Amino acid sequence: MAETGTITVKRGLAQMLKGGVIMDVVTPEHAVIAQEAGAVAVMALERIPADIRAAGGVARMSNLELVRSIMDAVTIPVMAKCRIGHFAEAQVLQELGVDFIDESEVLTPADEQHHVDKSRFTTPFVCGARDLGEALRRIAEGAAMIRSKGEAGSGNIVEAVRHMRAITESIKELSAGGDVAAHALKLRAPLELVKEVAKNGKLPVVLFCAGGVSTPADASLMMQLGAEGIFVGSGIFKSNNPRAFAKAIVDATTHFNDPKIVVEASLSLGKDSRAMEGLDLRKIPESEMLAARGN
Amino acid sequence: MATKGASVGVLALQGDVVEHLSAMRESGVDALPIKTVEDLGRVDGLVIPGGESTTVMKLLDRFQLAEPIAQRVREGMPLWGTCMGMIVIARDVTGTQQPTLDLMDISVRRNAFGRQNESAEVPLAIPALGDKPFPGVFIRAPWVERAGRAVETLGERDGHAVMVRQENVLATSFHPELTGDRRVHEYFICMVHDALVGKRRKIA
Repeated sequence: MAETGTITVKRGLAQMLKGGVIMDVVTPEHAVIAQEAGAVAVMALERIPADIRAAGGVARMSNLELVRSIMDAVTIPVMAKCRIGHFAEAQVLQELGVDFIDESEVLTPADEQHHVDKSRFTTPFVCGARDLGEALRRIAEGAAMIRSKGEAGSGNIVEAVRHMRAITESIKELSAGGDVAAHALKLRAPLELVKEVAKNGKLPVVLFCAGGVSTPADASLMMQLGAEGIFVGSGIFKSNNPRAFAKAIVDATTHFNDPKIVVEASLSLGKDSRAMEGLDLRKIPESEMLAARGN
Repeated sequence: MATKGASVGVLALQGDVVEHLSAMRESGVDALPIKTVEDLGRVDGLVIPGGESTTVMKLLDRFQLAEPIAQRVREGMPLWGTCMGMIVIARDVTGTQQPTLDLMDISVRRNAFGRQNESAEVPLAIPALGDKPFPGVFIRAPWVERAGRAVETLGERDGHAVMVRQENVLATSFHPELTGDRRVHEYFICMVHDALVGKRRKIA
């Protein structure tokens, strides 16, 4: 009688994460720090995006023993990344029992034409998007949650802002009326989904922000721009005080619309704390931009 | 079903707050998100939604909401917890030292039905809601491992209690707010209405 892997339970887990912060972790110890700080979930990785970016080469799904040790270390949901289009990595992660799979541009893409057919999986998927069309294409493939791509590992919020604004502004435009079929064509997205967004004025799945969040004020900014929650990758464990940054970013996400609490969260970092080093993205060649992967 | 004047709060620190707010409004009551003690003062009943229990317990503590909520509930304010809310309300969490608000005499087991791959939709027989089965949506859900004598079991799944009530406190392992069926919301609104009537009678 129990029906598993339904759209309701897959999208539902993302709904339970709303208003929360999901943190990248590379060891069980990190995962415990994240949970203690109030993270709603952790992303188990071998290397955080800033290090993946620095190392170059091919970035693959993480070591499974590591992912399992992180699953054993915490009670909150554990996510893990597979390469774009690498459905065998996704099958392995599902079999291992992770709670969410991120088909992620942070890893080196395995397929330049196809994403994973996510509707065939019991485990829910989150995917990155730069605009509404990309978000809806991923949802059509079965994604149960969308995040902005931002520019992972950059410590620079500008791309996440661009992507979040692109998504929310297109939704506004759609729900203002007009020719839905023409919109669908322009967005390169299925008509049924475009109609649904036009009618409801929102995506049918939860929308988080990812890619470049490094401070409490960054988190508040993205929540005010319409994100329903925050992924923080390098921003915590590339700062000089991960515990303090993790907690401050959680507090600022919860009370994103109360500047007094964002002030307190920022002050709690102390005068010696330093956010991660940021990159000027205008100086990064197009070919090294992670967000351009997958479309 | 409209209960004139009653307003229900939904704890808005983290989780599926908006879903509960719209379900309450559809069922005919005012509904407000609750983030502060001032917000709490404006409502006649409170829902603790689905979310992550470790996160929300920390935030309740950090933002000094735990004690004010506990006090209102002890004074008779109706409280309903769904999934994470059931864990937060419980006396304790089996096998862990996880802190809770201890507002119902139950011990709960977290992720009792399994991790996300075991999350499922299951029709439930709940006599208090009528003959039609209720669409149970279970997401990394807890069950009630032990219930005190004052606790009434309203619904079970595979022999485990998943809907329980102790006086003015209600808890469900599943998520009625993710379905189109409003019977549990209406049941809770009745609890809020009854508490308001009782309070007025006491004052009179």
